Amino acid sequence: MSILINKDTKVLVQGLTGNTGTFHTEQALAYHGSQMVGGIHPKKGGSTWTCENGDAKGTELPVFATVKEGKAETGADASVVYVPPAGAASAIIEAIDAEIPLIICITEGVPVRDMVNVKARLQDSNSRLVGPNCPGILTPQECKIGIMPGTIFKKGSVGVVSRSGTLTYEAVYQTSTAGLGQTTAVGIGGDPVKGTEFIDVLDLFLDDDETESIIMIGEIGGSAEEDASEWLKEQAAKGRKKPMAGFIAGRTAPPGRTMGHAGAVISGGKGGAEDKIAAMEDAGIVVSPSPAKLGETLLKAIG
Amino acid sequence: MNIHEYQAKKLLAGFGVPVSRGEPILAADGIDAAIDALPGPVYVVKSQIHAGGRGKGKFKELPADAKGGVRVSFSADEAKSNAREMFGNTLVTNQTGPDGKQVNRLYIEDGADIDKELYLSILVDRETSQISFVASTEGGMDIEAVAHDTPEKIHTIGIDPVDGITDEDVAKLSAAYELDGVAAEDGKSLFPTLYKAFYDSDMSLLEVNPLVILKDGHLRVLDAKVSFDNNALFRHPDVVELRDETEEDDKEIEASKYDLAYIALDGDIGCMVNGAGLAMATMDIIKLYGAEPANFLDVGGGATTEKVTAAFKIITSDPNVKGILVNIFGGIMRCDVIAEGVVTAVQEVGLNVPLVVRLEGTKVQEGKDIINQSGLNVIAADDLDDAAQKIVKAVKG
Repeated sequence: MSILINKDTKVLVQGLTGNTGTFHTEQALAYHGSQMVGGIHPKKGGSTWTCENGDAKGTELPVFATVKEGKAETGADASVVYVPPAGAASAIIEAIDAEIPLIICITEGVPVRDMVNVKARLQDSNSRLVGPNCPGILTPQECKIGIMPGTIFKKGSVGVVSRSGTLTYEAVYQTSTAGLGQTTAVGIGGDPVKGTEFIDVLDLFLDDDETESIIMIGEIGGSAEEDASEWLKEQAAKGRKKPMAGFIAGRTAPPGRTMGHAGAVISGGKGGAEDKIAAMEDAGIVVSPSPAKLGETLLKAIG
Repeated sequence: MNIHEYQAKKLLAGFGVPVSRGEPILAADGIDAAIDALPGPVYVVKSQIHAGGRGKGKFKELPADAKGGVRVSFSADEAKSNAREMFGNTLVTNQTGPDGKQVNRLYIEDGADIDKELYLSILVDRETSQISFVASTEGGMDIEAVAHDTPEKIHTIGIDPVDGITDEDVAKLSAAYELDGVAAEDGKSLFPTLYKAFYDSDMSLLEVNPLVILKDGHLRVLDAKVSFDNNALFRHPDVVELRDETEEDDKEIEASKYDLAYIALDGDIGCMVNGAGLAMATMDIIKLYGAEPANFLDVGGGATTEKVTAAFKIITSDPNVKGILVNIFGGIMRCDVIAEGVVTAVQEVGLNVPLVVRLEGTKVQEGKDIINQSGLNVIAADDLDDAAQKIVKAVKG
């Protein structure tokens, strides 16, 4: 088993025809035949996109004018958004309106006001959004959605969830090197307003039989790590528990040079690395002091 | 992006927010004209720097008993002499750091007859994913201290993005401030107007400390700190024009031209990393091995060879840098692009310090080939741990 995506997941690519969309769709197609089933472009509906590089060279994908049409024609149950920042929120909302169950937004630099509106649209919708500003999701040897480098993955037993894109790769690389491998890796993205939080993903990993241990990577700012730790403690009390290793990036970062201090006030003094580490350790997570010792730390947690 | 108080007030006044009448001074020879343009008899001379705590701040060049960065003056002559004393000097506040900030702009305002000071800010609350007001009756104070000592005096009111600010939200704010009479009436238009200004301008923070109730009962915005969401600046060319580059580090300005996230630090190991999390983690591991990073630099996901070259030049232009660590785990970022950028930059500006390069991920072999074939004196590293140890050893010996 895996979470969120597997070999049967059919994916539409919003922004397929751009450089980024094209490059990463070529990579996804080449990754164990991930089912990229079509692209979306409002002005290029009816045309065909051809993979010109890599192992999937020659693969052709239909381009649809709307997500709704693409879903009806292909039976897609996921979409990935590579649309540039100015249009990213509209693309997500279009996918929500088309009732795509899983929407993954890779785009970096989406205005926060747009995300506030997207988040409101997600309430009571039939969609789950992962991102924006995230590396996507990958289930080894089955499906790659987004920009994670497929070569570092290995099928196995670790669930990886991370706020930081490149640190997700570190966690994957190190658990592969340690011989553990992964069930699924999920990058939830580092933006302040995002679709999926740690708790959502941890809940899925705790439910997944094949996921035997979990790595959670956080960073300074906000209180998502503290909230997740609190939630994990509640779950453990109910007997839902798996060995976990963690890391918080930014332990040595200087305090932000913001003009006002309202952000600090509203979070009630949370958000510092030490508070997060303490909360995670309190929830039974073994926290690694070094980003290079994630695999080693998880082995220790497993015992 | 941050702007000055006088710019923020002009922007807010454009939305219909009540502010005091005022004149900015951008050069020392503009002092007399600005003060003479105001009616008096009370003038407030305010330093314009991108940091708070100005009133309690001290000027480096002036005697310790000299007045701070915001001065109330009771005649035009007094205002002028205060302005002359402040202009061009360095103000140190609890937010500037020990080096302080040079005051290159002043703002002269009409004095206000204040009855009561309140605190208001608007920001995006990441826990609720909503735009929220933070309200307190304890205005004019250090709001962090208020939050710490008397958290019950801080009220947070979230605004539903679908409905926008409602009468009910306004009533909650009015109750939080204990407003009545004229002030409560003013609030009915002021709070929605501030929300509109925040929303329409894509602000990330609007802080009014203090918001005041005047002796005649009306509300007035007496100070304003405004930051904008950098991701939304493409929608606001008028806001971009308000940027004051003298408030920023030269290297940071150069970095922002190439859309690089760069923050200058005090150490001696220059870092070029992709991704904010890995960039922070790289700083963490450098410290773990007993050295200090010279900067935070995230080249981002969509970097071109040109951007990487610029990043490398910015790092090498820092005289404190005694070694450079390039740490790339390519996903959207391709290792071949990084490698080409590094090689191009070294060919253009030379390399006088040790360089450790760790490449992994997308197009890693192509990247390593480019570095190996360039003939550059590069120390290759296998993983993050190896990279951190090698650069610290190269610098510290």
